[in-house]
Amino acid sequence: MPVTLNRASQIKEIPATDPRLAKVNLAIKQYQRRQDALIQILHTAQDLYGYLPLNVIQHIARELKMPPSRVYGVVTFYHFFTLKPKGEHMVVVCTGTACYVKGAQKILDQISAGFGLKVGQTTPDGKIGVEQARCIGACGLAPAVIIDNEVIAKVDATKIVDMIKTKVGAA
Amino acid sequence: MNIQTLNEIKAKVQARKAGLKHEVCVCAGAGCISSGALSVLEAAKKQVKDLGLEKEIEIIPVGCMGACNQGPLVKVEPTDTVYQKVSVERTPVLVERHLQHGAIVDDMLLFSEPGKAASSKKASELAFNSKQQKIVLSGCGTINPEDIEEYIAADGYFALHKCLTQMSSEEVIGEVKHSNIRGRGGAGFPTGIKWETVYKYVSAEKYVICNGDEGDPGAFMDRSVLEGDPHRILEGMAIAGYAVGANRGFIYVRAEYPLAIKRLEIAIKQARKLGLLGSQIFNSEFNFDVEIRIGAGAFVCGEETALIASVEGKRGTPRPRPPYPAQVGVYGKPTLLNNVETFANIAPILLKDGEWFSSIGTPKSSGTKVFALAGKIANTGLIEVPLGITLREIIFDIGGGIPGGKAFKAVQTGGPSGGCIPAQHLDTKVDYESLASVGSIMGSGGMIVMDETSCMVAIARYFMEFCVDESCGKCIPCRVGTKEMHNLLSKICEGKGTLQDLALLEELAPYVKENSLCGLGASAPNPLLTTLRYFRDEYIAHIVEGRCPAGECKIAKPAASLGAH
Repeated sequence: MPVTLNRASQIKEIPATDPRLAKVNLAIKQYQRRQDALIQILHTAQDLYGYLPLNVIQHIARELKMPPSRVYGVVTFYHFFTLKPKGEHMVVVCTGTACYVKGAQKILDQISAGFGLKVGQTTPDGKIGVEQARCIGACGLAPAVIIDNEVIAKVDATKIVDMIKTKVGAA
Repeated sequence: MNIQTLNEIKAKVQARKAGLKHEVCVCAGAGCISSGALSVLEAAKKQVKDLGLEKEIEIIPVGCMGACNQGPLVKVEPTDTVYQKVSVERTPVLVERHLQHGAIVDDMLLFSEPGKAASSKKASELAFNSKQQKIVLSGCGTINPEDIEEYIAADGYFALHKCLTQMSSEEVIGEVKHSNIRGRGGAGFPTGIKWETVYKYVSAEKYVICNGDEGDPGAFMDRSVLEGDPHRILEGMAIAGYAVGANRGFIYVRAEYPLAIKRLEIAIKQARKLGLLGSQIFNSEFNFDVEIRIGAGAFVCGEETALIASVEGKRGTPRPRPPYPAQVGVYGKPTLLNNVETFANIAPILLKDGEWFSSIGTPKSSGTKVFALAGKIANTGLIEVPLGITLREIIFDIGGGIPGGKAFKAVQTGGPSGGCIPAQHLDTKVDYESLASVGSIMGSGGMIVMDETSCMVAIARYFMEFCVDESCGKCIPCRVGTKEMHNLLSKICEGKGTLQDLALLEELAPYVKENSLCGLGASAPNPLLTTLRYFRDEYIAHIVEGRCPAGECKIAKPAASLGAH
């Protein structure tokens, strides 16, 4: 695999006019630049940007006075954080045990057949992205899928493709 | 804040409720919300207001009532009537017939089916409820989780007052020890002894952490408690803080539980406002405050040393123990770490006494345990039962058995760290030792039921895949061992396995179990080992006959049979 080096000098600075930057800075301030609040600050940043761009990681590292490598290490350790932009509409298929037993794999197969998407992929136009979650805690209603933060209970695998199309079309 | 104010709040809420004709509780647990409970809540409120009845009928959102697959659930008091599958369209019928005219709507009662009435009109008399005993969940489904006054009216914060004004730290610890409660995170370490250990370490700074990183797939007990009764956790933590001498607490919650985080934030704000968190609580010398830490999706962070690293903002990798967190915990200080459900039991224990608690359950495993029932079972949802109950009672009496006329095959407890228990052990008692004796663990409380169409090799592979994904990579037995075991299991599932592969699995599993750094690796082989122990014939069928007895695995062509020449 080709290795891409992210040299600090190659990372474009965030424009100072970016309104999201002010909000990231506010979070950093609220936590008094404490290094132990790193994960909480990263949550705020990902909420704002949808993912964690390298320049944001570098900015947070500088503000918390820690090496960017450490921030990067934390970002890549936790599943919740992502370095790549997500799809405009996110479909999260729960693959917890209850959903697995009730046929989560069939849902993933249908999505794969309908949109050509595997877990972690996004359509070329960036409209729809597919993720899996290790249990969202809706086990009583398995199998469950989250489409744009809305939990859909007892999903019928044969209808999931149409359901996603309706949701995305309506949005 | 003092006891008078607490009593006044309690009296005020009770007087208000006494003046009501009906109290209507709409389940606003995550399950019912996804079935549309919030629209039902709004519709019912609006209709009652339009009818001019809002003075005599109070409609509140409450935490999880348990029968999640029948949601949205609506409970009408004082008749203890629970309605199922209440849609916005059906709400007007309910409001008009029951709330306005006092007639119970029979065909909407919980567990009624078309043409078949519910077994009882009173919810507490239903088979689903009658074998349950609610301590941890006593507030879930009865109080509004976003209103601290309702928690106080249900005797909330009275235990904290009792501890701070009438008991010494030693006495609080003594009571917890006497109750015999064991850690509800799954391992079952005696809570009182843990508290005493932290108490004995001398340090100006100590911490209390509540482990709400409920990572086991198929478990949602902690989520329901945090969503349905958040003040109970805050009170339990404050009492723990007083007992061990800590002034700061952290609640570590999964990022996947946004509603739990929101309700905790509200609860903390309300408790601070009333002076139940903060400095000099109940005019004592005791200061305590709680901060929420949101996880970021790493199963290993449920392990205590990994969780501590994560609270400190680092990669959540475990470290060797000892020293235990009780000595060297968060920021290097003595730290008490308990599970959500353990903390939820604390206030009731202190309000009554340890004797009462230890009388419930079995001598070695006292109290109750919350389980999340899911999978191929009629009544999925959340239950709380006294320990010592049998698996059969849980699955067939409370859970209603297997739907679709299928046969029961196994029940999985303890998530990726637990095991699959087959039909011949259905009469096993649910307590820490009995579950361990059949190769599984109590675990945090997930209980997934599987029927004859579930392949046991595939389920072992499923859990192994989970462990491969979630292994933090720090120690080699876990990082490489889980990966290798997963490869072998995949081979068998695809019909390409050999008996040698099976032998290799049996050699590898105990090695990983014994040599991994933390609980994740040490328990990762459990699902594999129990399925091998009880369902070896299924493994053999995949390998030798090239078929999946459950019909789940897609085996393209018969495997090169070892017996054929």
